[in-house]
Amino acid sequence: MSRVLARPYLLLSPAILSLSLLMVAPVVFVLIYSFWLRTAEGLDVPAFQFGNWVNFFNDYFYWMALGSTFKTAFITTIICIILGYPTAYFLARAQIRNRGLLLFLMFLPFWVSYIIRTMSWINVLGKNGFVNAVLMGSGLIDEPMKLLYNDFSVIMGLVYFMLPYMIINVYVSLDGIDRNLESAARVLGCTPWQSFWEVTLPLSLPGLGAGSLLCFVLAAGSYVTPRLLGGTDTLFFPDLIYEAIISQLDWPFGAVLSIVMLVALGLVIAVYNRFMNLSDVYRSFAR
Amino acid sequence: MKKLTDQKRYERLLAAVQSGDIDRRSLLRIIGATAAAVGVTGGPMGLLTRKAMAAGVESIRFDGWGGIVSEAFHNNAFPQFTEKTGTKVVEGEFGDTDEFISLVKASQPGEYNVFLVSGVYDYFRFIKMGLADFVNEANIPNLDKLLPATLAAFRNESEGKLAAVPFDYGTTGIAYNRKYISDEEAQAGHKLLWDEKYKGKIGLYDGFQTRAWMSSLYTGQDPQGATDTAAMWDATRKQRDLVLKYWGSGQEFIDLMSKEEIILSDGWSGRVAFLQQNGHDIGFIDTAQAGFAWIEGLMVLKGSPMEAAEQLINFCIEPAVAIAIAEGQNYPPSLDPTKVELTDKVKKLPGFDPTGKFDNYIWEKASYWFDNQDAYKKEWDRISKGA
Repeated sequence: MSRVLARPYLLLSPAILSLSLLMVAPVVFVLIYSFWLRTAEGLDVPAFQFGNWVNFFNDYFYWMALGSTFKTAFITTIICIILGYPTAYFLARAQIRNRGLLLFLMFLPFWVSYIIRTMSWINVLGKNGFVNAVLMGSGLIDEPMKLLYNDFSVIMGLVYFMLPYMIINVYVSLDGIDRNLESAARVLGCTPWQSFWEVTLPLSLPGLGAGSLLCFVLAAGSYVTPRLLGGTDTLFFPDLIYEAIISQLDWPFGAVLSIVMLVALGLVIAVYNRFMNLSDVYRSFAR
Repeated sequence: MKKLTDQKRYERLLAAVQSGDIDRRSLLRIIGATAAAVGVTGGPMGLLTRKAMAAGVESIRFDGWGGIVSEAFHNNAFPQFTEKTGTKVVEGEFGDTDEFISLVKASQPGEYNVFLVSGVYDYFRFIKMGLADFVNEANIPNLDKLLPATLAAFRNESEGKLAAVPFDYGTTGIAYNRKYISDEEAQAGHKLLWDEKYKGKIGLYDGFQTRAWMSSLYTGQDPQGATDTAAMWDATRKQRDLVLKYWGSGQEFIDLMSKEEIILSDGWSGRVAFLQQNGHDIGFIDTAQAGFAWIEGLMVLKGSPMEAAEQLINFCIEPAVAIAIAEGQNYPPSLDPTKVELTDKVKKLPGFDPTGKFDNYIWEKASYWFDNQDAYKKEWDRISKGA
């Protein structure tokens, strides 16, 4: 009997072990670290005290950074939806022979390092970059526009990074929709627009939802793009985690900020799940 | 052998392309080779490679600043050292010392061995954090050829012992594009960095020490004894509105200046020399009203194979080797010009002191920066984020 009871756990043990070691244990370590003390010499001393947490809750700066990060991630996600949905729709619906090649090309830039792809924007948006050169060459502007090192360039960099994730999620969802449903809607008197609005869009929402969630979470957790493309007033929470750990060498406080980020993103996912059931999202990929 | 991050790899390549060292065909060949190398050695295979390398007793790890600095060591010292002793040098790079401290803190003793420590403040804090080891001076005979002033600067911070051997020195000053700013105008020194005329064209180093130093000068205070820190940081905030970008590495500084994204910045003498050598008309002023000086040293970290580390250090300060590296990285060596004949190229490097006495140089006071580092870093990190 006991052998029968133990069997499911035995079968699950590789998954439980890997999840515990790779997911749960690191978070627990970071949580424990958040209660440690940092000495004046920059050394971390094991302790159980709430000083780091009190410092966080009493400092408006960090809340402001969290708000600013979420705002940027939200704008990035909206732009990804606007640009990504039509692209995915085209890929899923167009009668083209080389659809596979187009999808392959979309992911081709991923073969190049994220840092290098981000830095390449400097050559595009810089004072002497491609955009300014074209605009000045065509006589539309007299002097270079300031396109780099501000919130605009950060969002641009993030959209560039996130867009393929949005497109592929929506594409998978659209590709799984039974085309007969759209035909039925047309037969029953819907215009092409109504057919899209009443049938296609609702059925593709799980893919759109998954893409949006992915874009938001990845954008909010990004620190390379704001560091490389951000200006003197770019406030991004992951950058503060980097500063606390790498620059200030205050690992316990960096641990506090990391846990806060984790909880904040967890809350976003929970709220998201409340309005859009995540199981629907998972199901959309199972089709 | 080389352990480079993608960013460093890119920056190095970019520098070579900008200086005309690589033609387009070679560039494409390098990109292809890099992709193949990453494919073969990246991921799990990379981990296995690292493990295999760590297991070897015949290797020692060296970490230094990226770009032209690492290039100079790589080309002029390490292969020759390996040939002479049989000990391989595993090379690594860091963008700034804080980043390197984090890596060392997270590592096992002995994982990192010798690195290029910059300035007596960094020297001091590595000792305070218990990360550095002391060398046996008897095992480094070439110490006799070094400038007594540089040796004294380190010894004074560690009760007469040496945790690092002076290797080179340089200055932080103000770099300006002569196309837009004349040498006469640059005599204004630090005040130029607050000139509204250059709004959006100024770049500054993203480091609390340089920012606090310049702002102290601007507010008429001793840069290493500011009493009105509120005024100092107010000046930094005021300056922020004029700044396009706080740069984080020497290569980023070179990139911004060479593309004329910025025309005025504080900068490091060696990097300015690199720009000048590559045809950019960049002026540099490093007087007391525009900057300060620092010594770099070869420091040994705890848990390192000390004998091999001392051997490597002694080799690097061998006059022929030190001079070759100095010419490559554009920072004068810590060799005593009264004992060693230096080349003309070295003598022309910015920041070079022919007397070797450094009478007109202002050095960092390690204890001042160490005592104030927590408060200053925290405040600077906020200001740099717009707060």
